[in-house]
Amino acid sequence: MNSFIALFRARTLEFVRDRGTFFWNMFFPMILVFGFALALSDAGTTVFTVGLIGEPPGDFDFLSIEQIEFIRYPIHDNATVESVVERVRRHELDMVIHFDSTEFYLNSESDTAPLLRRIFEDSQTRDDGPAVFHERQISGQPIRYVDWVIPGVIGMNMLFSCLFGVGFVLVRYRKNGVLKRLKATPVSAFSFVSAQAASRLSIVFVTSTVVYAGTNALLNFSMEGSYLLLAILTLLAIVCMISIGLLFASRLRSEELAGGVMNLVSFPMIIGSGVFFSLEGAPQALQTASRFLPLTHFVEGARAIMIEGAGLSGIFTNLIALAVFSLVFIAASALVFRWD
Amino acid sequence: MQDILVVNNLVKQFRQVRAVDGVSFSLSEGICFGLLGPNGAGKTTTIEIMEGILAPDSGSILYRGRPIDDEFKKRAGIQFQNTSLPDYLTVAETIRLFQAFYPDPRPFDEIVEICSLSDILTRDNKKLSGGQRQRLLLAIAIVPQPDIVFLDEPTTGLDPQARRNFWDLIRRIQSEGATIVLTTHYMDEAHLLCDQIAIMDHGRILEIDAPQALLDRHFDGVLVRIPLHDPQSIDFPLPEGAAIRHGALELTSTRLDETVRNLLTVGLSLDGLSVHKPTLEDLFIKLTGNTLRA
Ligand SMILES: Nc1ncnc2c1ncn2[C@@H]1O[C@H](COP(=O)(O)OP(=O)(O)OP(=O)(O)O)[C@@H](O)[C@H]1O
Ligand SMILES: [Mg+2]
Repeated sequence: MNSFIALFRARTLEFVRDRGTFFWNMFFPMILVFGFALALSDAGTTVFTVGLIGEPPGDFDFLSIEQIEFIRYPIHDNATVESVVERVRRHELDMVIHFDSTEFYLNSESDTAPLLRRIFEDSQTRDDGPAVFHERQISGQPIRYVDWVIPGVIGMNMLFSCLFGVGFVLVRYRKNGVLKRLKATPVSAFSFVSAQAASRLSIVFVTSTVVYAGTNALLNFSMEGSYLLLAILTLLAIVCMISIGLLFASRLRSEELAGGVMNLVSFPMIIGSGVFFSLEGAPQALQTASRFLPLTHFVEGARAIMIEGAGLSGIFTNLIALAVFSLVFIAASALVFRWD
Repeated sequence: MQDILVVNNLVKQFRQVRAVDGVSFSLSEGICFGLLGPNGAGKTTTIEIMEGILAPDSGSILYRGRPIDDEFKKRAGIQFQNTSLPDYLTVAETIRLFQAFYPDPRPFDEIVEICSLSDILTRDNKKLSGGQRQRLLLAIAIVPQPDIVFLDEPTTGLDPQARRNFWDLIRRIQSEGATIVLTTHYMDEAHLLCDQIAIMDHGRILEIDAPQALLDRHFDGVLVRIPLHDPQSIDFPLPEGAAIRHGALELTSTRLDETVRNLLTVGLSLDGLSVHKPTLEDLFIKLTGNTLRA
């Protein structure tokens, strides 16, 4: 236990004192997030987008306004209605008109709502149809790209920090003889490796929290769910990524090779996990493959918590997947680990 | 005295090289044992097998009659020939780190005092000079209050003053009862410190004994060296046991006046003649045919 604490302390000090890596880990993701926020802040178009549920009557004047883009949702079971209304809440649609229930939905927090209300009501008075549409107000913050991308950026940073902070460092220690020196002491491989992992877990968790808090202070991300659940998901994801780093580090002796292998692993993982863009329209094969990437489960789970307010049951499969991956990687690295 | 470590017929083959080729010896408790040999002789490989770092292909090591186990690791102090220290730690932090690994570590202040580290305690490991680094590596080796210490070229890179301090330190650890195994390329050092030395080459032990006993066995008399201006000009048969090496005539003599008289009769100029008592260095060269590099 003594040696565990001492090794934990030594590794953590090394991280804090290695200024370059320290600042890179803290500020690179922040800069990335602010960059996204700035670059994509006014992606808003002048054209309104309005969803239509059910069949509109033949002479519905509103539909002839050219500045409005209409999206039709012909099937109108409850689930569809709910999901379409949800898109209004997230500001993905400016308005939804439900012809069967003669209702229309506007988001009270959207800048476009008052104008669309005027236009809609004006066009209704020109029509002589009997139907009078009732307004249903909903409210919800807009989901900006930054809200969507923040879990991805943090997840990516976690991945790099775990792979390189554990994997790369162990390979370096093996190459320069630090591992050999430790092998000559009574310290067990287990307490050495677990101290490395525990130190990295704390470091990555703290940096992720700082990155989140730092960017959140300015950008005020959407957070519908529980911070506790988000923290649990994050910790589990870090454990999983550290265990990937351990697996790579368990035998390699060359830093160059280790660096190459880690890049080879991390870049496809970042692309395949939907970090920067959604995989919704992607080919089925890619979507299936993404289920086997730990990063997918973190990003997906974190988005579900933050944007949809998912609870434990909502992200349960993500948690299970991360736990299973971790166990597999840890067991594999315990089998192949070598001091020299 | 009881044997603390018994080395039995070690063999270690790296791809093309048989680094250790049937090495056996045993160490009495409390002695200082020196392993000498030219570069690549197999000293480091042998010592690392003894430390339990390398597994031999065959052969065995017994520490107090038992194979090497965790108990051995708690009682062994080790200094490798090449090793890095953890990055971004200071000297004091490094010592404390290693203290945490052992059940009954030597007190911090004592380590600092023995290895004269008090001036550099807050310095980063990466910024140490070669000699300061050696001292820190040695400090780590004595953290466990070892009863056996392995030092692989501990004085390489030390200035003469630091080497003398190191010798005092070795004697101090030895006086505490520890057994010491060291390799060195300094023959004077080996002669001075070691109770027993083994000379190795090509993975085998050529000779093993107390330094003076080895010299007595191999050399009879003194070494005479006469520089030659033109080695080709020698037109008389060389006396028995003489050889021309590095542009000089070298021979051993038990009766110097007779030897000198004989050389004068063959008409050799004795300009620059030197006489010295044979040293380990002479023995080393005789046995391995190499000159030493530190
Ligand atoms: N890991 C290894 N792989 C392959 N060959 C090795 C390895 N370690 C040592 N050797 C070879 O084994 C031989 C003995 O090496 P060793 O390091 O034991 O020599 P040494 O006596 O300590 O030399 P030096 O005085 O230069 O330190 C050398 O020929 C060396 O090249
Ligand atoms: Mg060596």
